Amino acid sequence: MFDASRQFDVLVIGGGNAALCAAISARQAGASVILLESAPKAFRGGNSRHTRNLRTMHEGPTDILTEAYLEDEYWDDLLRVTGGRTDEKLARMVIRETSRVVPWLAKQGVVFQPSLTGTLSLSRTNAFFLGGGKALLNALYRTAERAGVEIHYDAEVHRLRIEDGMFTGAEATIGGFSETVRARTVVAASGGFQANIEWLKEYWGEAAGNFLIRGTPYAQGRVLRTLLDGGCASVGDPTQCHAVAIDGRAPRFDGGLATRLDCIPFGIVVNREAKRFYDEGEDVWPKRYAIWGRLVAQQPGQIAYAIVDRKAEELFLPSVYPPIRAESIAELAQKLELDTATLEQTVRDFNAACRPGPFDPQTLDGSRTEGLEPPKTHWARPLDTPRFTAFPLRPGITFTYLGVKVDETARIQMQDGKPAANLFAAGEIMSGSILGKGYLAGFGMAIGSVFGTIAGRSAARTARN
Amino acid sequence: MPDDLRRIVEQAAAESEALREARRNFEICNACRYCEGYCAVFPAMGLRREFDKGDLTHLANLCHGCKGCYYACQYAPPHPFAVNLPKVLAEVRAESYAEHAWPQPLARLFERNGTVVALVTALVTAALMLGVKLFSSPEVLYGVHTGEGAFYRVISHGMMVLLGGATFGFGILAMVVGGLRYWRATGAARAGRITPLPVAKAAHDAFTLKNLDGGGHGCNDRDGDFTQVKRRLHHALFYGFLLCFAATSTGTLYHYGFGWQAPYGYLSLPSLLGTSGGVLMCIGAGGLMWLKIVQDPEPVARRLMGGEYALLILLFLVASSGLVLTAFRGTSAMGMLLAFHIGLVLALFVLLPYSKFVHGLYRSLALLRNAMETRRARG
Repeated sequence: MFDASRQFDVLVIGGGNAALCAAISARQAGASVILLESAPKAFRGGNSRHTRNLRTMHEGPTDILTEAYLEDEYWDDLLRVTGGRTDEKLARMVIRETSRVVPWLAKQGVVFQPSLTGTLSLSRTNAFFLGGGKALLNALYRTAERAGVEIHYDAEVHRLRIEDGMFTGAEATIGGFSETVRARTVVAASGGFQANIEWLKEYWGEAAGNFLIRGTPYAQGRVLRTLLDGGCASVGDPTQCHAVAIDGRAPRFDGGLATRLDCIPFGIVVNREAKRFYDEGEDVWPKRYAIWGRLVAQQPGQIAYAIVDRKAEELFLPSVYPPIRAESIAELAQKLELDTATLEQTVRDFNAACRPGPFDPQTLDGSRTEGLEPPKTHWARPLDTPRFTAFPLRPGITFTYLGVKVDETARIQMQDGKPAANLFAAGEIMSGSILGKGYLAGFGMAIGSVFGTIAGRSAARTARN
Repeated sequence: MPDDLRRIVEQAAAESEALREARRNFEICNACRYCEGYCAVFPAMGLRREFDKGDLTHLANLCHGCKGCYYACQYAPPHPFAVNLPKVLAEVRAESYAEHAWPQPLARLFERNGTVVALVTALVTAALMLGVKLFSSPEVLYGVHTGEGAFYRVISHGMMVLLGGATFGFGILAMVVGGLRYWRATGAARAGRITPLPVAKAAHDAFTLKNLDGGGHGCNDRDGDFTQVKRRLHHALFYGFLLCFAATSTGTLYHYGFGWQAPYGYLSLPSLLGTSGGVLMCIGAGGLMWLKIVQDPEPVARRLMGGEYALLILLFLVASSGLVLTAFRGTSAMGMLLAFHIGLVLALFVLLPYSKFVHGLYRSLALLRNAMETRRARG
């Protein structure tokens, strides 16, 4: 039961990886800690539930990682995906700390394993959690409980009282009752606002109504909003979100990774008008999968269809939903409720434009189209071998970039340039400082773990003084 | 309609709800694969794109019920995908026991298996005790017998060999036929010819219960916590059973080889093997029952619990009655204790092919097929 008369040293808001890292490290530093997770227990853990690895620097092969992955290469990778929208000082600190945070997580009970099959060749750069993110969360929750962190589920914070950069109390609903939580410091680790469709509509209009949210429905951004309203400085483009094309039949929320589709480079993608709209073979899939959410979002009705033929069936991981199959393009058009004549024409034009070349799914091969607009620059083979297979595509939102600005101690910075007195942040809610654009597999968990532990320790130290 | 399509349609129509649910689960798992490190089921699943009935039966029997995947699953209920592999695979396994049982009419014994095991145990034991009571005089039955051949004054050696040999022989025959039917029906022949290396690998995995190791830290016996408890209890039960079997075998050797008749001294080899085996079986069977009582009921097929409890109780009774008989064999209670113990052993023999006991057979065959497929996939 929640005891309203008690004052805690540290209030952690959120229940994902960053929140647990903060709660455990604050508790280990001697602070009394309360953690408020807005989800019920079965859905605890935010987007961490759907993750499976953490990108980590390492100087040589380990029991779970091959070769070496050094700071400069890691930084170059980050620089490339963000196009420079990052903070070098914070980013390099995160990169260096990842080599310490993986053993720290293992000490808290997280089990790592060598890379899985079909994971875009991450065995050198990413440490995988045995069983995935939910197994990681189970271990961290167990450790936090045993260490004496007071954990509440169904506990949503809707307002923080902030006066001149000083947090004085949190208004929350805990188990259906309105409560005021008192604490000397607060760590905000409650994620972005990607599950708040109304907020997304501010930037995307009614199209956002057709977006699918890949992760937790509890990322409503209420804490982010109350921090920004309370004078905290923001980072990251509020209009931007990470969006990939996922199976259009996925649930509105929480479909997770299994709804992804990797078939786009091996066939064609048409919109509701049965017409192609972008080069499906522009680059290798790991470098292109993250642009397709936006591409589909810009199509009428925010829907598209990926089509492959028999030759390509085995080249990608199966979808979580059954493939839509037909023996002819016309039959497929009927099943997809597309205009038959237009789809047949689109496929005919595409097939006629394919120039035979060496086909190699692993490299930028020489199979391309000629005289076709838009072109397909690699892996272009005619769709001529039945059966034909299609998957509907919709934009799947992973996370938003808007967040609060922090320094290297995870302390939130105020709009007037001063540091907050007792407000800290970790995880997606502050990752816009480091990841202003794009994404690097396993980097969200890297930021969450590193800043989680730092925020926990900083908050415990501040509470003591 | 083409022939192969008709076959698929007919097969689909004939499939049970559990099979269809297992396929639905695996189609989700195959797009996720986070659980790859837990056990052999997920790499075996990853070798497949589509799951026919034979594949699903194979994967279900390969599953050891460690439940690691359930607690790690981002799609477990109440998520709308409602993935619950341990539960649905247990149901598919139970259906496969019935489907490959021989002779086929006895497949029905797997419906309400708990009741069947309890009834057969009660009937066989009661019949033996009644028989002993009817056919031996009270002086013999309630007398004190010591020295060589003491047991055989109550039940003759010839009768013991006849009853034990007939029931055990039939149990083994029925399991061999069931195993062959299983191997054929699940399409295991597609994995190629049986060669020594996969056999050795399968035996290693079976004898160590490698797949209850959850990738190094044990399995989720009770809840989300990882322990080696279930694995160790199963080891106690299984190796205790083997020790008892070894006790009987050495006893047979003593009898026919050296002409020494039971009962043997407390420090003799058959007695030491039997006593230690009996104690281990009691610990194992009792512990596994305790786990069933305290475990989280969500990833468990509740309708199979009756049969599982019944077999554990039977094994516990067989072992504990043997221990009690050993302790009191020098008293006037020996006659009825012997009849009770032998009755339970015969009931176990009769039930070998028609209880949860057969899981050992099909699981071993699944481990063998998996070792063959894994070897072939590696090239």
